[in-house]
Amino acid sequence: MPSNLESALFVFLLATFVGFEVIRRVSPLLHTPLMSLTNAISAISLVGSIVITGAEKSQLSVILGTIAVVCSMANVVGGFVITDRMLKMFKKREPRQ
Amino acid sequence: MITTYVIQFTYVAAAALFILSLKWLGHPTTARRGVRVGELGMALAIVGALLHTEIVSYQWILVGFVLGSAIGLPLAVFMPMTHVPQRTALSHAFGALAAALVGTSEYYLRSGELSTFTMAVLSVEVILGFLTFTGSLMAFGKLQDLVPSRPIVYPGQNAVNLSLLAAAVGCAVYLVRNPGSSALFPVVAGLSLLFGVLLLVPIGGADMPTVIALLNSYAGLSAAAMGFLLDNNLLIVAGALDGSSGFILSVIMCRAMNRSFTNVLFGGFGQVRVAAGRVEQRSARSATAEDAAAILEAASSVIIIPGYGMAVAQAQHKVRELYDALTRRGVDVKFAIHPVAGRMPGHMNVLLAEADIPYDRLLEMEEINPEFPRADVSLVIGANDVTNPAARHDKASPIYGMPILDVDKARTVMVIKRSMSPGFAGIDNELYYMEKTMMLFGDAKHFVGELVKEMTGARLGA
Repeated sequence: MPSNLESALFVFLLATFVGFEVIRRVSPLLHTPLMSLTNAISAISLVGSIVITGAEKSQLSVILGTIAVVCSMANVVGGFVITDRMLKMFKKREPRQ
Repeated sequence: MITTYVIQFTYVAAAALFILSLKWLGHPTTARRGVRVGELGMALAIVGALLHTEIVSYQWILVGFVLGSAIGLPLAVFMPMTHVPQRTALSHAFGALAAALVGTSEYYLRSGELSTFTMAVLSVEVILGFLTFTGSLMAFGKLQDLVPSRPIVYPGQNAVNLSLLAAAVGCAVYLVRNPGSSALFPVVAGLSLLFGVLLLVPIGGADMPTVIALLNSYAGLSAAAMGFLLDNNLLIVAGALDGSSGFILSVIMCRAMNRSFTNVLFGGFGQVRVAAGRVEQRSARSATAEDAAAILEAASSVIIIPGYGMAVAQAQHKVRELYDALTRRGVDVKFAIHPVAGRMPGHMNVLLAEADIPYDRLLEMEEINPEFPRADVSLVIGANDVTNPAARHDKASPIYGMPILDVDKARTVMVIKRSMSPGFAGIDNELYYMEKTMMLFGDAKHFVGELVKEMTGARLGA
């Protein structure tokens, strides 16, 4: 396990740095859509929930897994949809008539 | 074997797409592309997950997909923009619960064979997941007014909260050393759930932007911990992105209020200190819509300062009419947005964008402050503490040092307000007593409507 641990920590560290650099550049104008988008993205826990549910290793894991799939799926669908809904509203000034 | 490669490939591609997605979100012109790319990444990852060979049945996965979409979609489509903070709090709760439940299920499946490290990340996932779950539900309740939104403080509160957390962590440490003592696991879960509730009890409305951002960060970190547990790099990447985003946002919010994390979480803001004895009777000058409209029309530049009060009064569409009326007369109108305006980071921008106010008219604090001395009128609608000049010079003031909008530097200041009652921090705003300030008493929506009527009416009469 130690080698896995090491590479996992590397990935975490690098992703955190990338996250800091990318997100620092997001205009404060869009901080609300940013939060809903990162929310949708971190609903990637769906991936883990799917595998746990589908593997059907125990009754408990199916129950908890299914709830987890419901929660993550709600975030995936809701997060992307509402982010786009908000972004659609941000318009530049139309030329004055 | 080939499937494993395909799965790994979809995960790597998804991670890259997620990073690109956030990069493109950075600017309004590319932001929607960012969403598309994020969706693509998510779709790829889901396909990858469904290909896993351990999956023996898709029945419950499908049930979860359908139910989850049925919950998520209406929340996203029908939620009014004023309620976006509530939806965000709910989604933090969902995300954290998913992580906590996966951790729980893994514990009971593998408790015999968990290594020290795996048990440690599992504990982090479960503690963060459960406390973020109840904490976010509490935040939702407070924003939705289901529980009292004012801070509730009692003596010894911090001691109680901290010892609860310490107990949860202590049990978790014991579990890490003896993963087999499964009786302790529900204790850790229960304590974390309870801690989440108690953590939010002393938080008031104005602290919500910071707390929501912080919960966002926790939800992300619990997803990352799940990645460690399941040995899945994609989860680690996405969780780290979410975690760092939440962290950056909460730092920005704290700075905007000149407060530290500890102060937000353990401070109990609202109940504090009315600087006693310093309140002398001062008089404010009130004015009518007619007077105000005349001055606004004669101005060449106007800066509008919207606060949460404007959103509460649902005045944003009237404000848009005012913006139109003034722009038509050749007045240069800009909006000054304080970072903590609204109930979550960036909330005010969304509310104004919804009212069709072009985003290039919305300026952040650093950009707009140099412009106030050149402005003819600054019009404050529903904002209070972020306009109080005392933050600059009055060392005795509780908000001393907080970055504010330099509203008082404009030639004329107008404040639309229900009454002279103090703002959230419970302090008097000296802006209201300045020579050049006109107080416009009334409901924001109604009063802005009056202003618009005066202006359009005057034009008809001319």
